[in-house]
Amino acid sequence: MDFLRAASLDDALATKAQRPDIAPIAGGTDLMVAINFDHIRPSGLLDLTSVPELADWSESGGVIRIGAGVPYARIISELGEHLPGLAMASRTVASPQIRNRGTVGGNLATASPSGDAHPALLACAAEVELASVRGTRRLPVAEFFTGVKRSAAEPDELITAVHLARATGPQQFAKVGTRNAMVISVCAFSVALHPDRAEVGTGLGSAAPTPRRAVEAEEFLAGELTSRGMWTDPRPLPETVVTRFGELVAAAAAPIDDVRGTASYRRHALGVLARRTVGWTWDEYSTGRQTCA
Amino acid sequence: MRLNLTVNGRPHQADEAWEGESLLHVLRERLGLPGSKNACEQGECGSCTVYLDDVPVCSCMVAAGQAQGRAVRTVEGLADGDRLDAVQQSFVDSGAVQCGFCTPGLLVQAHDLIERNPEPTDAEIRESLAGNLCRCTGYEKIMDAVRLAAQRKAVS
Repeated sequence: MDFLRAASLDDALATKAQRPDIAPIAGGTDLMVAINFDHIRPSGLLDLTSVPELADWSESGGVIRIGAGVPYARIISELGEHLPGLAMASRTVASPQIRNRGTVGGNLATASPSGDAHPALLACAAEVELASVRGTRRLPVAEFFTGVKRSAAEPDELITAVHLARATGPQQFAKVGTRNAMVISVCAFSVALHPDRAEVGTGLGSAAPTPRRAVEAEEFLAGELTSRGMWTDPRPLPETVVTRFGELVAAAAAPIDDVRGTASYRRHALGVLARRTVGWTWDEYSTGRQTCA
Repeated sequence: MRLNLTVNGRPHQADEAWEGESLLHVLRERLGLPGSKNACEQGECGSCTVYLDDVPVCSCMVAAGQAQGRAVRTVEGLADGDRLDAVQQSFVDSGAVQCGFCTPGLLVQAHDLIERNPEPTDAEIRESLAGNLCRCTGYEKIMDAVRLAAQRKAVS
């Protein structure tokens, strides 16, 4: 095993092109565990922590680009207003020490169905920026996940950033686990209201082989809000709408039984999380005041 | 590989570090600084918490090479000579130590909390220490110690 330190993005991409099997490392909060326990032995480590192009976030035309190396702690402290869903999800990641190191870029690279950032990225229709010596492309995050811990990234590509539109409405994230910290979610859910385009976004975690949206639930709720004229004249959400939204979210899940929970519990809990979070977002949309558990 | 880094204000060199080893391993096994503890090696317990360029991290999840040229501060670097830091003295005075294995990580993490937030609420202390496990379950005394340290730092 060797250790290569990339000083620039060009440097990192050239190395990844020559050595597609090298393991990129940023926060190391997934990769080092695998190495410590001898689960993997990559041919080398490519350290990305000195690559300036990955180290910051920026905003342009209402879209925020978060460099793949920005740790969760900075998303929480600097982006809570612009990206509330992702900031809430980041706050539930592991512990302060891990939030100081771990990154959304690394969460995407691991592509676990339980990655905490993924539901929020899905609900916000984020795009993943992938780069190689062949060029740069952007992929909707829903198309990025291809299987359990598998993604659409090519062997010579690096995840360089995520792009998300600045929130135009309330967003929420909730996850089920045995405690507040250091928990791999039993299941997780994120919802975002997009009043600028009269749409609703959702994301489910630990609910299927990949993180996924509940498209029917999104379309149902957006349709109800539009047909009832509630985007412009917000009134209390009818209980029947909330209930149906929860049912459609639960129906979108394809969970398994495992050590953290059963499939039927996950399906039930996702319906509960969906009803609660949509209630909180709608309260905030109608009153302008944020509510949560 | 050869590694140059600053630890507790002094330059250190580690020769023959394996490329896949952790900063924790470098500190304990190559630099003779066993204060940071090796317990879970997966970021679950916080016993290996150190400052890396003033940010508390689990040193078991920092690759050795990522510490090249960086400044590390371990539990051994909290005291000023023989004079314990207020966090350390408060852990002693509050009886917040049982087996002691989690203590170094808790000291570094609590030290950072009070630096950033001199008057933490109980909820803030609990959230800040959520990644540090004490399997003796001595959490109430640890809470007492952090409250006491904050009070002492405020008047000093």
